[in-house]
Amino acid sequence: MSRVLPVLTVLLAILVIWYAAAVMLNRAWVLDQAARAGSEVGFSQMLRETMAQDRPVLPAPHQVAKGLWDGVAGQKITSKRSLVWHAGVTLSATLAGFALGTAAGLLLAIGIVHSRAMDMSVMPWAIASQTIPILAIAPMVIVVLASLGIKGLLPKALIAAYLSFFPVLVGMVKGLRAPDGMQLDLLRTYNASQGQSLRMLRLPSSVPYLFASLKVGIAAALVGTIVAELPAGATAGLGARLLSGSYYGQTVQIWAALFAAAILAAVLVMLIGAVERVTLSRMGFSR
Amino acid sequence: MEAAPAVIEARHLNLTFPTDDGPVHALKDVDLTVAPGDFISFIGPSGCGKTTLLRCIAALETPTGGSLTVRGMTADAARRARSYGYVFQAAGLYPWRTIAGNIRLPLEIMGYPKAEQAERVQAVLDLVELGQFGRKFPWQLSGGMQQRASIARALAFDAEILLMDEPFGALDEIVRDRLNEELLRLWQRTGKTIAFVTHSIPEAVYLSTRIVVMSPRPGRITKVIESPLPRVRPLDIRDSPEFIRIAHEVREGLHEGHGHD
Repeated sequence: MSRVLPVLTVLLAILVIWYAAAVMLNRAWVLDQAARAGSEVGFSQMLRETMAQDRPVLPAPHQVAKGLWDGVAGQKITSKRSLVWHAGVTLSATLAGFALGTAAGLLLAIGIVHSRAMDMSVMPWAIASQTIPILAIAPMVIVVLASLGIKGLLPKALIAAYLSFFPVLVGMVKGLRAPDGMQLDLLRTYNASQGQSLRMLRLPSSVPYLFASLKVGIAAALVGTIVAELPAGATAGLGARLLSGSYYGQTVQIWAALFAAAILAAVLVMLIGAVERVTLSRMGFSR
Repeated sequence: MEAAPAVIEARHLNLTFPTDDGPVHALKDVDLTVAPGDFISFIGPSGCGKTTLLRCIAALETPTGGSLTVRGMTADAARRARSYGYVFQAAGLYPWRTIAGNIRLPLEIMGYPKAEQAERVQAVLDLVELGQFGRKFPWQLSGGMQQRASIARALAFDAEILLMDEPFGALDEIVRDRLNEELLRLWQRTGKTIAFVTHSIPEAVYLSTRIVVMSPRPGRITKVIESPLPRVRPLDIRDSPEFIRIAHEVREGLHEGHGHD
């Protein structure tokens, strides 16, 4: 109870602020309609009309909830209006990109830890890669790949990988360097090879860092996939849903897709968190 | 004694570290001969180079001058030939491996066959009286038991030399007494040559056949005391006049070393 109460309080505050904002932002349209019709609106009627518009500036929470519910439960899962279907499309590209990005980050980190040349040369480029706005390069990558005949999941996965490799790289460089001097000296007294040190000491030691990175990485992969779904008239995925919503002024649809993306991200991060707890306690890190 | 070939032999050994305030003389003109089966202790205040000397023998540091041979080889060749087991101040067991798994670590690295690994692990576990604890994880054991496991790990591949860097420094006195007793028995049973770093006078006198007193700035040997105590030593030997006399001699050696400052 002591943990639930603060969460509920914050949730309630958000709802209150949201409803208030919906009233403020949607009021102009109600007043405008009334002026055109030459009629007056009372306060309670205005309140009601700010929350029941088809295309509100800011949909009220219950409208978003209804849009989300319709999208999830009101459609066949195979329907193009189903949020579950769109989320599935986004999820598959996210997972593919996340796997690619994690593998790339891991390999680069191993290279950086073992080679001074790579340490000096790769890291600045990795950092520079993250300073380029993803919104600027995603359309270019999508268009260039499409002109080469590569469409569908792969281009999206590449953008997702581009965002998710970085946290894994940074976390794993730190993690692989986590063993202290004594532990490295111990392996030296055994005359262990670099490969043996990596396998038996550095990789196991880096596992806590890996999980912290994976949580950031999977959220980044999801953002990357959604951004990659925006350009070039994609028709499937949460990103496409956002875009078509904004084309036709369907604000409820936009917000429903936004929430679907947020819920998806939360579930993915929680899944990794669960695997993390089990793994770390079995490896004896959390004692 | 002179006839036996030395296990460790240092002549005019020097080690200087470059620092921002100029070079620091960690070891200066160290001469040392260790015979097979010796139990030799290095004792002195911090900064006297006792750990550095042990690390030179283990080829974890490289001397800047003089000569050092271990089992007739250079220290680094001896390291690559896996001539010694090294016990650090902290047990440093891997939390993700069981006790048996930790002791198996050097055996896996050195490529022992699986069946022999299991045999050796059980043998050294019994030797340090942890026979029942192979399947436990390190966090399930007390600090003293963890340190015993780390000694077992150093013994697993049966190296001729055991190098120990203040292995009981972090333990309380009661546990330390028991482990000292066990270490002596282990040394008598295995006949290994042991080099042992400590800052405790009773520990050095109780364990050693020879006590090397060192002093800092520059790190050097100021006195070598041969112990006349018998090899088999019950704990209450520490109340004997002989023991007290040697302890006194060590203490004087330490004071003399400080006199140069």
